[in-house]
Amino acid sequence: MRGIIAIAITLVLSASGAMAAEVRVAVTTSFRDSGLSDVLLPAIAADTGLDVQLLVVGTGQALRIAAAGDVDAVLVHSRAAEEAFVAAGHGRHRRAIMFNDFVLIGPRDDPAGIGNATGVVDALARIAGAGATFVSRGDDSGTHKAELGLWEVAGIIPHGDWYREVGAGMGTAQNTASGLDAYLLSDRASWLNFRNPGTLALLFAGDPLLANHYTYIPVDPARHGHVDAAAAARLEDWLTSDAARVLIDGYRIGGEQVFIFDAVARPSVRSGSATP
Amino acid sequence: MNDLWAGLVEAGRLLVTFDADLLEITFRSLRVTLTALALASLIAFPLAALLAVRRFRLRRTVIALLNALMGLPPVVVGLIVYILLSRSGPFGVLVLLFTPTAMIIAQVVIIVPLVASIAHQSLRDLWSEYHDLLISMNATPRQRIAAILWDSRRALLTAALAGFGRAIGEVGAIMIVGGNIDHATRVLTTAIALETGRGDFAMALGLGFVLIALAVVVNLSIHWLGRTEVEARW
Amino acid sequence: MVGLLPMRARGAVTRRRDKVLAGPVDLDLRAGGITVAIGPNGSGKTSLLRMLHGIARLGGGTIDWTCNLRQARAGQAFVFQRPVMLRRSVLANVAFPLRLSGMPRARARARAREWLGRVGLANAADRPATQLSGGEGQKLALARALAGNPEVLFLDEPSASLDGRATREIEAILTDARDAGTKLVMSTHDMGQARRLASEVWFLRGGLLHESAPADAFFAGPATAEARAFLNGDIVE
Repeated sequence: MRGIIAIAITLVLSASGAMAAEVRVAVTTSFRDSGLSDVLLPAIAADTGLDVQLLVVGTGQALRIAAAGDVDAVLVHSRAAEEAFVAAGHGRHRRAIMFNDFVLIGPRDDPAGIGNATGVVDALARIAGAGATFVSRGDDSGTHKAELGLWEVAGIIPHGDWYREVGAGMGTAQNTASGLDAYLLSDRASWLNFRNPGTLALLFAGDPLLANHYTYIPVDPARHGHVDAAAAARLEDWLTSDAARVLIDGYRIGGEQVFIFDAVARPSVRSGSATP
Repeated sequence: MNDLWAGLVEAGRLLVTFDADLLEITFRSLRVTLTALALASLIAFPLAALLAVRRFRLRRTVIALLNALMGLPPVVVGLIVYILLSRSGPFGVLVLLFTPTAMIIAQVVIIVPLVASIAHQSLRDLWSEYHDLLISMNATPRQRIAAILWDSRRALLTAALAGFGRAIGEVGAIMIVGGNIDHATRVLTTAIALETGRGDFAMALGLGFVLIALAVVVNLSIHWLGRTEVEARW
Repeated sequence: MVGLLPMRARGAVTRRRDKVLAGPVDLDLRAGGITVAIGPNGSGKTSLLRMLHGIARLGGGTIDWTCNLRQARAGQAFVFQRPVMLRRSVLANVAFPLRLSGMPRARARARAREWLGRVGLANAADRPATQLSGGEGQKLALARALAGNPEVLFLDEPSASLDGRATREIEAILTDARDAGTKLVMSTHDMGQARRLASEVWFLRGGLLHESAPADAFFAGPATAEARAFLNGDIVE
């Protein structure tokens, strides 16, 4: 009898405790623009009682404000920046959540002919060679860093009238590319969710180099004592749980799966990684 | 052109159905901007009156500075306020970042120079008219300021409405200090930015038309309440 | 009333940017009657009045009232050539200086209403003051100045732009005030008005007090040639 009452009290207390929590997470624009956040947040609230407040900014800004201790966690997609962040002591660890892929979109008539390129390196070389207009995020975001990494692998320094850096989020960059009839590196989910494609089309995808990994990093309470580490941990648990897997793998845009859940059971060691 | 028409239709749909999200962000927009306006007026009007009435050595410099600050880019203000309110910043302990209060603070900083400059011009004109009379009547400096503030109330209203217009349409600063968090700090202008970024121009324009309508309604109500168009009212 | 008078000015001069507007003058102001300052345009009548009242800065010399300076300021009033209407109702205008000196609102408004009646503006009490005509505005300014019961009232050409009827009404108010004990010091370029009202005449020329005499004596025959010429209607510089 006493046991049952104790359990009941515990349930009541933990439920009310759960209802109260707010957790602030800085996330990348692509996470929001893909529409996935609209699916996950209500489920998180229902399952954990957490009120997730999303600050949608580029990866660079997300890590910057997390380093200032203004948010409890980040969800970003730029490995080098993430590792630096954790190494500097701002984040506890990196936790892989999911990945999607980048795609090259461009004008439907494909003047640079990347539709039958042999790989992303070849595609970029064709764009640079043809001097076809290319819109770059230019905002130090995860997508931007990935793009720069790809140019580097291709051995090209992108420079010239044809290379337009807009310094803005994914949606704005897509708008600009649409308006300029330009090529653009986007993530598949944001592209599929974009409502103003104009004459743009998805022209190239599938190269392994285009994989785009999203990582969750809770801010280290040892460094910023006021962050809600418990709530951040609960969110992390949910994001790596089966419930998340079902929603993330099941998320479709126009019938296509766009994200692949790849979290593992245990968090990775500080600055090490379970992500490729 | 299709987009413009679609925007009007969207605005109509949002209003007619009393869309819950729209109501929420509209009320928040009004709350943030009207609060900022009230605070800014409390600061700007006495400041403008002091500048009009008092003679002191740096007066011209302060006035020039005030006029120049009108051109301060709101985004810069937002960034500075962010740095000040950040947990790593001097006022971090107040935990104001990413709340409507932070947005109010940023907007106050942005519109005080504007309201003060416009108010100052009218107050100075009235002061030059009242100057001899008030001195002859032995009015104390405080009484002089009160007299020109009260008698300039129509012009002060204009200054306030100018401040309202600037604040209600502002997006850069409040995006930075507010974070455009859904159900917490999202307002009309940041929502418009969001929908534009998504490529949903119809929705963005719809919200834009709602914002314009809101500004018109507020201005009309103020003028109607103050009966400024009744003949020969000063 | 506190005792402001007699007032004594010695070597008083007022300047603007090194240009002398009026003075140096030596004069005495005694209680009773109306002192009228006359003289050609530009002779410094306005500047002299403003200097004596204290709204033009004293650039040299002394002005001594019988009481201390604070009481002196409180016991004077000034009616400007073009009266300034506060952007309020007629009643609020008259009550304004009373409220400034701390009189409770109800009493101030009652006193204001009484004075509006005396100057014939009772019907206009709630109208915006900026709507008044020239003559009405001048009467308002008078009521506003007199409501505070000043011991000395300065007036700068009080009926300069008014028609005959308004002038007559203004002069009636002025003589009433004089009879009630207020000392009036006014300037005018209307010689008829000067003859009607003055008990003492100051003749100014070039910012200086050229001649000063009781009115009867002055108008019977001025002592100086310039004053004679002026009364004759000649142009005097």
